Amino acid sequence: MAKSHIKMKLNGKDVEALVEPRTLLIHFLREEVGLTGPHIGCETTHCGACTVDLDGKSVKSCTVFAVQADGAEVLTIEGMANADGSLHVLQEAFREHHGLQCGFCTPGMITRAHRLLQEIKDPSESEIRYGIAGNLCRCTGYQNIVKAIQAAAAKLNGREFKEAAE
Amino acid sequence: MIPGAFDYHRPKSLGEAIGMLNDLGDDARAIAGGHSLIPMMKMRLASPSHLVDLKGIGDLAYIRAEGGEMVIGAMTTQHDAIASAELAAKVPLLREAALQIADPQIRYVGTLGGNVANGDPGNDMPAVMMCLDASYEIAGKGGSRRVAAREFYQGAYFTALEPGELVSAIRIPTPTAGHRAAYEKLKRKIGDYAIAAAAVVVTLAGGKIDTASIALTNVGETPLLAGDAAALLIGQAPDKALFKKVGDAAAAISEPASDARGPVIYRRKMAGVMTERALARALAQTA
Ligand SMILES: Cc1cc2nc3c(=O)[nH]c(=O)nc-3n(C[C@H](O)[C@H](O)[C@H](O)COP(=O)(O)OP(=O)(O)OC[C@H]3O[C@@H](n4cnc5c(N)ncnc54)[C@H](O)[C@@H]3O)c2cc1C
Ligand code: FES
Ligand code: FES
Repeated sequence: MAKSHIKMKLNGKDVEALVEPRTLLIHFLREEVGLTGPHIGCETTHCGACTVDLDGKSVKSCTVFAVQADGAEVLTIEGMANADGSLHVLQEAFREHHGLQCGFCTPGMITRAHRLLQEIKDPSESEIRYGIAGNLCRCTGYQNIVKAIQAAAAKLNGREFKEAAE
Repeated sequence: MIPGAFDYHRPKSLGEAIGMLNDLGDDARAIAGGHSLIPMMKMRLASPSHLVDLKGIGDLAYIRAEGGEMVIGAMTTQHDAIASAELAAKVPLLREAALQIADPQIRYVGTLGGNVANGDPGNDMPAVMMCLDASYEIAGKGGSRRVAAREFYQGAYFTALEPGELVSAIRIPTPTAGHRAAYEKLKRKIGDYAIAAAAVVVTLAGGKIDTASIALTNVGETPLLAGDAAALLIGQAPDKALFKKVGDAAAAISEPASDARGPVIYRRKMAGVMTERALARALAQTA
């Protein structure tokens, strides 16, 4: 089977490669490019650990062929930090509010939350929960993930974040 | 999980895609969002040697009103259908059901064309389309034809599509303003296929039910139109006892499989309960 020549803008940089068409995007990112931020949790489109942003949509990169991303813009957790190396507002909020424990789901959670906040500037708690329903976390019970996303949204909207009473 | 090897093609037009599918023959498959096909390829339940990606065909993603119909291009994603204010206003049933499909990531890429053409009884859109009496525009080598959703599904993964044909659009007769509709889906967890689900569309005249249609998801080899059950509603005033009777009649035509989603007896019962709940919700302000 002929290899395909693909080009994409990955975290702002142009990347070109020859891939077997059956190469999944997650394998391309992790094994060819060396971006191991997106994780492989289930390989069956359920857990969302492999979530990346593809042309402004959150996708599970274990269920996309790298050839389908030819010509696309792709953002992974490695591309989230600010240009000066400081943490992105969402990364900072996850750190501050204990939005992670083992950290396995975190790259997927943050890239997904990033897209959610592009679409809904100031989501309600239930919009956040519905919006991250494709990302599973075995550790946190989601409470602090939701809190971190609320805090990041508040910051991005220039508002002070007030925690709801426990 | 690594799928079998294949050659990848990205045609620029519908005609080119159909030409490729016909030239490449049985070993070629169309890929739309890929969120039914790629999981099957990873498990080697499908091993096409050619994938014809429909994504490069620019003019297959649209939603527009045409005469008395809403026309939806096959490559319209579930996400885009949910975001359409016009669809939400005119065919609220579709949006309600789409919101219950899978999860955000899957809805961004999964297409309506793929959902209706796939033929998996677990897909939610087929029953919705049967309930709305939609039809599919099918493009092939010899031109195009139209098939009613109610005639399209023949068995699990068997549909009226011939090899080398593609669904290009879905046409939904716009339900009358003021119609009532609901989709009730029982699932084990968010993102799962239905244990059982029911779509209902009803209209009222003078406090009585004037027209009604009911269709069921994932309780048979195909989506099921519960025509006899719907007929029980006609001319009646909405009422809880009536909904129960109609639910029982809908359950009676179901033929669910016994699997991880539950035994036959439970899933059949749930087909009735979903019908009852959908009717109760659709007619909430009147019953
Ligand atoms: C974890 C998970 C959960 C899911 N849960 C649900 C759910 O609850 N409800 C639900 O309805 N779906 C569910 N899905 C399926 C999802 O909605 C799919 O995206 C959808 O069924 C198929 O759309 P697609 O565009 O991805 O099609 P593809 O996977 O690309 O194609 C599916 C099949 O249809 C054929 N095909 C595609 N487009 C056309 C066309 N235009 N004409 C002719 N043939 C075509 C392909 O050749 C293939 O055989 C789930 C998927 C996953 C991975
Ligand atoms: S690894 Fe992709 S969804 Fe779990
Ligand atoms: S922090 Fe461990 S899986 Fe989410």
